[in-house]
Amino acid sequence: MSKRIETTDLNVYYSDFRAVEDVTITIQPRAITAFIGPSGCGKSTFLRTLNRMHEVIPGARVEGEVLLDGENLYGAGVDPVRVRRQVGMVFQRPNPFPTMSIRENVLAGIKLNFSRMPKGEQDDLVERSLRSANLWEEVKNRLGLPGSGLSGGQQQRRCIARAIAMAPAVLLMDEPCSALDPISTLAIEDLMSELKEKYTIVIVTHNMQQAARVSDTTAFFNIAGTGSPGRLIESGPTDKIFSTPDVQATEDYISGRFG
Amino acid sequence: MTQKLTRPGTSRGAEPGPGTGAPDPKRRGDRVFRGFAMGAGILILVILALVAAFLLIQGSPALFADPAKLISQGYGEFLPWVLPYAFGTVWAAILALVLAVPVAVGIALFISHYSPRRLAQPLGYVIDLLAAVPSVVFGLWGSLVLAPAARPLYEWLSANLGFIPLFSGTVSGTGRTIFTAAIVLATMVLPIITSMCREVFLQAPRLHEEAALALGATRWEMVKMAVFPFARPGIIAAVMLGLGRALGETMAVTMVLSGTRNITFELLTSENPNTIAATVAQNFPEAFGLKTSQLIAAGLVLFLITLVVNMIARWIVSRRAEFSGAN
Ligand SMILES: Nc1ncnc2c1ncn2[C@@H]1O[C@H](COP(=O)(O)OP(=O)(O)OP(=O)(O)O)[C@@H](O)[C@H]1O
Ligand SMILES: [Mg+2]
Repeated sequence: MSKRIETTDLNVYYSDFRAVEDVTITIQPRAITAFIGPSGCGKSTFLRTLNRMHEVIPGARVEGEVLLDGENLYGAGVDPVRVRRQVGMVFQRPNPFPTMSIRENVLAGIKLNFSRMPKGEQDDLVERSLRSANLWEEVKNRLGLPGSGLSGGQQQRRCIARAIAMAPAVLLMDEPCSALDPISTLAIEDLMSELKEKYTIVIVTHNMQQAARVSDTTAFFNIAGTGSPGRLIESGPTDKIFSTPDVQATEDYISGRFG
Repeated sequence: MTQKLTRPGTSRGAEPGPGTGAPDPKRRGDRVFRGFAMGAGILILVILALVAAFLLIQGSPALFADPAKLISQGYGEFLPWVLPYAFGTVWAAILALVLAVPVAVGIALFISHYSPRRLAQPLGYVIDLLAAVPSVVFGLWGSLVLAPAARPLYEWLSANLGFIPLFSGTVSGTGRTIFTAAIVLATMVLPIITSMCREVFLQAPRLHEEAALALGATRWEMVKMAVFPFARPGIIAAVMLGLGRALGETMAVTMVLSGTRNITFELLTSENPNTIAATVAQNFPEAFGLKTSQLIAAGLVLFLITLVVNMIARWIVSRRAEFSGAN
C-alpha cells in the first residue's frame, strides 16, 4: 500500500548544526521522486528523517512535521520502530547481513515482526520478494548460502528484496546505484519503475540522467555555502525541472554550470 | 637503463626507474621491518618451546619414576595425584567464566551501545582500572571480606536449593569455598573480557546496525542481528583469554581456598578441590628432589590444559568462518 508523504517546515539538526532548513514538500504515492543537489546539501539527511533514521545518530534531532497519509511520524507516542517497518530503506552501499544466508536476509525484517510465520508462507515470501527484486533466477539454487559471492548489483537487489519483503508503504533509496556498474544500474532502474506501481519511492541520486530517466518528480536541494543549511530550492515534474526550471540555480546545476 | 628518471638531489623520495638496480631506501625499511616482525614471531615460538622443554626435562623424573618411589619420596603416584588438581583447576575456571561472561558481555554492551557517552567513558576507565589491581589484593579481599560476607548467602542457598547437587553438603564455616574462589576469579577476569568485548562491539559495522534499525529492529534486536554475529569470534577470543587467566591464576586462589585433593561438584562445603597453580605455589617452598619435579610435571599438565583450551577456541572461531563478519 502506497502512501503520500508531506513535510512542513522541517528543520534537521546534528547537535547545534542545522543541516537542513525549512523543507516543505509533498511526495506523491505510486511515483518516483528524485532528490538531486550538490554534495553536502542535506539530501541524505533529509531522506533519513522520513523513516526516523536520522535520530539514531547521537545528538541528531528534527523539528517540524512529517505526515505519512496524514499521520505525523514525529507525533507524541509514535514508535520509531513502527515507522521504520512502514518506511523501508536501501542504502548507498549494499549492507546485507553477512552472517545470514540469502534467504535469512530476505526474511530478516519479517522475523522481527511476525516471528511465527509458517514455513510455507516464508518460502512464498522469499520467492515473491526476490522475484520483485529481479534476483530470483540468479539465486534460487543457493538460498541457503551466505551469498558473499554475489556481485555488488546482486547484493543491492538482495537488500531491495529485504526491504520490500516487509511490504512497506514507502521505499527510500540513498544513491542505490552509486557503487554499481551501468548494467546493474539499469537493472535497478527497471526494478524501480516496476516497484512504483506499489510503493512510494524516493531516491537520492547524483546521476542526472538517472533522475531524468526514472523519476516522475524531481526536487533540487542546494546550499549557500559550507556551514550553511541545505534548502529545498524547487520541486516539480521531472520534465519541467529538466527543461524549464523556475530557478536559475536549478538550471545551472542540471546543465553542469554549477559552482 | 637508457632512461634516467631520477635526477641527483631529488633521488631520495623518488622511485628509481625500472632496472636501475639501485637499492630503494623505502624497500630497505620494508625489509628491516619484515625481518624484525619475523624475528619477533620466531622469538615467541622459541620461548614457548623453551618453556615446554623446561617443563618436560625438569618434570620427567617424576613423570617416568617408579610409582613406589613417588609414593615414598614424592606426593604419590602421578596421575591419581594430579587429576584432582586438574579437575579443580578446570572446575574453578569454568565456574568463574559462568559468573563473569554474562556480566562482562552485559557491561561491554552497555558501554558500547546503551549508555550515554558521558557515562561510557568513565565506566570504561573503571573497568580497565580493575585489571590493574594486583592479584594479591584480590586474594586478600576474597579471604577477608568476601568469604565471611558470602557465608549467609551460602547458608541460604544450601537451605533452599540444597536439593541441587551443586549446593548440597554442609556449608563451610569460613565461607572459603570454591564458589568464593570462583567469584574472586570472575572479578579478576571480568576486566579483560569486558574490554575486549567492548572493542569488538564498538567495531560492529555501522552499516549493518543501520540496516537492522531501518528494518524496524529495536535496539536489542539490532544488537542480536548486527552486533553479536559480527562480534562472536571476538567474544570467544575474549572468553578464552579470560579462561587462560583463570586457569593460571595462583595467588588469589591460594589465599582464598584451603583446598584438598577432592573431586566434587559441591560448591559450598569446606572440602574443596584445589587448583594446580595453587598447589604448586603452596608446596614449592618446601619441596626438593622428586617432589620438585612432580610439581613441575603438574605445571606441564596445566600448560597442556591451557594449550588444549586455546586450540578448542581456535577451532570454534574458525568453524563458521564462511558466515563470519569478515566477508
Ligand atoms: N553524522 C553527522 N554529524 C554531523 N554532521 C553531519 C553528519 N552527517 C552529515 N552531516 C553534515 O550534514 C550536511 C548534509 O550532509 P548529507 O550527508 O545529508 O549531504 P548529502 O546531500 O547527502 O551529500 P552527498 O551527496 O555527498 O551524499 C553536511 O554538511 C554534513 O557535513
Ligand atoms: Mg548523501
